Amino acid sequence: MTNKEPVAIVGIGQTHHVAARRDVSIAGLVREAAQRALTDAELTWADIDAVVIGKAPDFFEGVMMPELYLADALGAVGKPMLRVHTAGSVGGSTALVAANLVAGRVHGTVLTLAFEKQSESNAMWGLSLPIPFQQPLLAGAGGFFAPHVRAYMRRTGAPDTVGSLVAYKDRRNALKNPYAHLHEHDVTLEKVQASPMLWDPIRYSETCPSSDGACAMILTDRAGAARSPKPPAWMLGGAMRSEPTLFAGKDFVSPQAGKDCAADVYRQAGIADPRREIDAVEMYVPFSWYEPMWLENLGFADEGGGWKLTESGVTELDGDLPVNMSGGVLSTNPIGASGMIRFAEAALQVRGQAGEHQVDGARKVLGHAYGGGSQFFSMWLVGAEPPTR
Amino acid sequence: MAVAPQPDILKAPLVVEFPFTRSLGPVQAAFLSGLRHRTVLGVRTTDDRVLVPPVEYDPVTAAEIRDLVEVGDTGTVTTWAWNPAPRRGQPLDTPFAWVLVKLDGADTALLHALDATGPDAVHSGLRVRVRWAAERTGAITDIACFEPDDSTPEQIRPAPHTGEFEDGVTGIVAAARLDYTYSPGGAQSRYINALADNRTVGERCPSCRKVYVPPRGACPTCGVATTEQVEVGPAGTVTTYCIVNVKAKNLDIELPYVYAHIALDGADLALHGRIGGIPYDQVRMGLRVEPVWTEGGRYPDHYRPTGEPDADYDTYKELI
Repeated sequence: MTNKEPVAIVGIGQTHHVAARRDVSIAGLVREAAQRALTDAELTWADIDAVVIGKAPDFFEGVMMPELYLADALGAVGKPMLRVHTAGSVGGSTALVAANLVAGRVHGTVLTLAFEKQSESNAMWGLSLPIPFQQPLLAGAGGFFAPHVRAYMRRTGAPDTVGSLVAYKDRRNALKNPYAHLHEHDVTLEKVQASPMLWDPIRYSETCPSSDGACAMILTDRAGAARSPKPPAWMLGGAMRSEPTLFAGKDFVSPQAGKDCAADVYRQAGIADPRREIDAVEMYVPFSWYEPMWLENLGFADEGGGWKLTESGVTELDGDLPVNMSGGVLSTNPIGASGMIRFAEAALQVRGQAGEHQVDGARKVLGHAYGGGSQFFSMWLVGAEPPTR
Repeated sequence: MAVAPQPDILKAPLVVEFPFTRSLGPVQAAFLSGLRHRTVLGVRTTDDRVLVPPVEYDPVTAAEIRDLVEVGDTGTVTTWAWNPAPRRGQPLDTPFAWVLVKLDGADTALLHALDATGPDAVHSGLRVRVRWAAERTGAITDIACFEPDDSTPEQIRPAPHTGEFEDGVTGIVAAARLDYTYSPGGAQSRYINALADNRTVGERCPSCRKVYVPPRGACPTCGVATTEQVEVGPAGTVTTYCIVNVKAKNLDIELPYVYAHIALDGADLALHGRIGGIPYDQVRMGLRVEPVWTEGGRYPDHYRPTGEPDADYDTYKELI
């Protein structure tokens, strides 16, 4: 029997993600998401006990101390405010740090927020610093991940068409999500397949965009949930795991840290068979092939079974296990916020608030984020009912 | 078994420099646009204080605040620190005082530089005036610095201002630069020095026996120091790869090229290299390759096929 306080998600807010928000400062951007989360929860700044913020690595946008710069925009004066930092998974781990403050009864109601203005960042070159004595070989994240995609294809015999199917699905899902960045109304599978190879086997249309955006959530305890005017989402399990970028025996296709993280979440939530018991998944897929790869890593399919789920339509919005209902990272990628957008989408689904991309009867939904060289993982499982364990 | 010698630790400068752009939002845009027109704006808070420089959100109530007011270009030093040795990029290139200046009409102080003859000429309570830059672009540097002034404090209530200016700015470029002295440490120094002799030398973990190439001085799995040096290669196997069609900044490689993970014979993880000497679309997993060194190159320029039969997948699948 656990002695943790149950954690409820009672407010969710995000910006309309776009390529460039030149009309607002970073303070104005985060404020917009935070205010929407407060409005959703019907709370005011005075109701917030603490603020937990996350963002992308500092070189990406040159903001070294967001907790200092953004304290007034986020109403943090006189309250604890802290920053979380785990590369691309940061949005997820930021939410989990906030959730742990509630679960540990440190605070009753916590605002958690993550953001990035990629239009004012240097993400690609921030990843490719000219380190002395090293041989520069690569341009950006795509070149780092493409060889692992090829390794997945070799290991599982996946046909080379699967990546395009994922991109085509996610871009269509994004058409139903007014907050998504890419709204490609004329998208076709043929167009995805005909887009140029950037880092073969990854095509242009199978990569994520660069977005400006922020996402915020209000997490609260049982008492806060009881006051919530709208149905809350409940955290049924949450976990983070890390491993080195490179080590002998590292499995980039299906990292052990990802498997362990999922297993911990399922143990907390009493999930024995994720494929049967979980209704939908919002996972971090910056390159389309990561959908089948993570389906296996997260235990929804055995090794080699992930691409078959994708290919057979199981992960479509009307499939048996919808994946990336929001349109995913492939349609929206303010890097620092991308993990939290996944977590927020999971919560929106179990609250029945996902609008046109709502999965009917979604009761348990997994939110997933990863970052660095496939080395930081954060996940939560949220449900429509409070935890019973 | 060869015990790793203590190398001369390599060091080199590393400059990380980016011109970050910043959208200003309505309040900062008005403030910087005002400076261009020799006008200093503040913002009035919910509790009727005037903040200079202005902010978008009330630091007490968190409310959005937009009531801009114009304050004076004279003010009073609230506190200061002498800077005897100005550094690159600072407002003045001769010794000066960092000052917090409460401009007339403001309730908070602005950080800037004071051009003064020496620390004896500076004190809290000193009256100062803005020295405007001759060329103004809509940036904090439009205030060149402050200078001592004999004006008397004005007890004024600052007048409201629309914040609208001709040629207003909406964004700035904030150049960020960090100067490091980078050292790769002992293990990588040994590795890099061996490369100068066209040898690839890894280090073996005494616990799990895995050979790390490049070595990093400790085994990340076992957490113990790696001390035994092991020469690996020169040949190896392409474990996986991608074909790069994207031009990299400052990287003069003709497109497309193959970026590969190469497990050198005897190494327990792959290193990364470019494959040449074979059409890019004929590279494959399992291809056997060897390094091609160029005169004076610190690393192999690329790896080329050895001509051996491809390695069987089972022999390298654990190294992917």
